Amino acid sequence: MTEAERIPILKMGDLLLVTIQVDMHDRIAMRLQDDLTQRIVEDHARGVLIDISSLEIVDSFIGRMLANIAAMSRVLDADTVVVGMRPAVAITLVELGLSLPDVRTALNVEQGMRLLGRGAGANGLASDGRRSH
Amino acid sequence: MADARTEALEIGESDDVVRVRQLVRDAAVELGFSIVDQTKVVTAASELARNTYAYGGGGRFRLEMLNNGNRDGLRLVFEDDGPGIADVEQALRDGYTTGSGLGMGLGGARRLVNEFQIESKPGWGTRVVATRWR
Repeated sequence: MTEAERIPILKMGDLLLVTIQVDMHDRIAMRLQDDLTQRIVEDHARGVLIDISSLEIVDSFIGRMLANIAAMSRVLDADTVVVGMRPAVAITLVELGLSLPDVRTALNVEQGMRLLGRGAGANGLASDGRRSH
Repeated sequence: MADARTEALEIGESDDVVRVRQLVRDAAVELGFSIVDQTKVVTAASELARNTYAYGGGGRFRLEMLNNGNRDGLRLVFEDDGPGIADVEQALRDGYTTGSGLGMGLGGARRLVNEFQIESKPGWGTRVVATRWR
């Protein structure tokens, strides 16, 4: 696998930001899952934002990858928020039978950061109490 | 019913799933499908192409652009010579999987199209025909 086939992971404070801008080949999706879990540990990240606003479809394979990343990051004490899902993608996912109950979502990166308790106006919007310690 | 155009693609590696998606998207755009309908038919194509690759051991994809007099449509045909499916009804049920997937592929793809046929014989292969009308 070449570097060009990897999705970059940006560090912003204690968050990791992933913007998916390519048509997700299955191998890229698997690689992202591995890279992200490694980076959560290396960078002591407390949150992961995955921006899928460029993705034209989310099928069951990509949906499973998003659910896996959310589950793995939770075990590593980081929260994942998937942001920017297109309306047509959301409609299709539900019809496909995937409602991704364990994946938190937000409309855009800014709201995703608020959900993770970061950025302006974060107070009171974090949905869990873990950030207060 | 007159067939307007046909495209074909071998499915031999996992990247071919992406190529199938691109072919179907281009055709759906050309036929003027709405964004939601484009997304549904491309997602169905992705599920079925991955099944052909992962469970059928690769196979063939054919895309037909149709017109039935009133409406344009897209017909997706997937064929493989793989192990086949012993119990098709079971395979269509949500959550059923013999592999590493979520088991939403076949049943989910059926919900995303207007017409769906599947023929499969163990030891012979599987053929899925899915049609979405505009």
